[in-house]
Amino acid sequence: MYTTELQKSAAVASTEDADKLAAFEARVAADEFIEPKDWMPEAYRRTLVRQISQHAHSEIVGMLPEGNWITRAPSLRRKAILLAKVQDEAGHGLYLYSAAETLGTAREEMIEALHSGKAKYSTIFNYPTLTWADIGAIGWLVDGAAIMNQVPLQRTSYGPYARAMVRVCKEESFHQRQGYEIMMHLAAGTDAQKRMAQDALNRWWWPSLMMFGPPDENSPNTAQSMRWRIKRETNDELRQKFVDITVPQADAIGLTVPDPAVQWNEEKGGYDFGQVDWSEFYAVVKGEGPVAKERMAARRKAWEDGAWIREAADAYAAKQVEKRKAA
Amino acid sequence: MSKDWPLWEVFVRSKGGLSHRHVGSVHAPDAEIALRHARDTYTRRMEGVSLWVVPSASIIASDPSDDGAMFEPAEDKIYRHPTFYNIPDDVKHI
Repeated sequence: MYTTELQKSAAVASTEDADKLAAFEARVAADEFIEPKDWMPEAYRRTLVRQISQHAHSEIVGMLPEGNWITRAPSLRRKAILLAKVQDEAGHGLYLYSAAETLGTAREEMIEALHSGKAKYSTIFNYPTLTWADIGAIGWLVDGAAIMNQVPLQRTSYGPYARAMVRVCKEESFHQRQGYEIMMHLAAGTDAQKRMAQDALNRWWWPSLMMFGPPDENSPNTAQSMRWRIKRETNDELRQKFVDITVPQADAIGLTVPDPAVQWNEEKGGYDFGQVDWSEFYAVVKGEGPVAKERMAARRKAWEDGAWIREAADAYAAKQVEKRKAA
Repeated sequence: MSKDWPLWEVFVRSKGGLSHRHVGSVHAPDAEIALRHARDTYTRRMEGVSLWVVPSASIIASDPSDDGAMFEPAEDKIYRHPTFYNIPDDVKHI
């Protein structure tokens, strides 16, 4: 669903073969794709592994806030849709883990890093889903922000990551539209339903803006990542785009984004908007999100509760090998 | 910590008449489960009518550092392309 580069990137090692590096940089600058077995600078590999695995973790953890509402969906239609969406998120996580594995990092290492709390994932998933309208707000805003981030990543320089993004983007549009539809229905419903929709928008608006990462002046990795075509647009550019398309979508269903500073600016051809509370963002990155501990506990429990079936599958596979040998 | 299941490469035939195309990979303990995982991961929206799974370890790939020796010899053999030959405009069906 979404990625932010949350840690400091390492500098390019000076000992690396200068010719190879120059050839690599030229290929990337010419918008060529880098494939798994191609030579690449260690820092490029490390940055990609971190970014792709964080992205994968976000997809996997992203199932939890929504999974919370599957059994309480208001109709069979909504339940079937939510199930399909959550299953897609699992799929997205798997595409991304596979892409990261092509860089020489084992799946188990990444899963272990997530479960031990070492790895980061998108801060957005450490907020609670309190009402059904939150499922609408997540689809509309969180998946909307994710699309904004992911569309340019379809042209990212690392081939397996770009291909995973093409697949993810194809599937993501349904996520956003089903969420908007939930909000649309609530906003056209009773006063209580409309209040519920507005309340969800109020709570998810700012965290959604934070999904694009820190402002450009505080995003030390952006320049290097742009040069390597790992990133194609800056955090602030993407955030502005998101505000510009989302504000009219809220207006269209009679909801209001919770920011009195939002105002159309004719000159820049976009909306002006208020200051994001970055201290909240950094606190959530550090693990102080409202439900960070619950999320990781739920994730670990799911993994541990599934252990017996993984063991059974292993035992069955071993038995089949024995059988074939005996035959 | 658990041990990863072996990796399988997944190929999907999107419809009859087309060849299977590589779409990604899955982990699975055996071929049967690899097929099931491939189905759930790569064909949730009628993307295919047939699936192949191949143990990743069985794939032999050319080495990108030998690209030159492998593929460059074809570069100067432009006479292998029909456009290399100049045929007068009034000669038809050739």
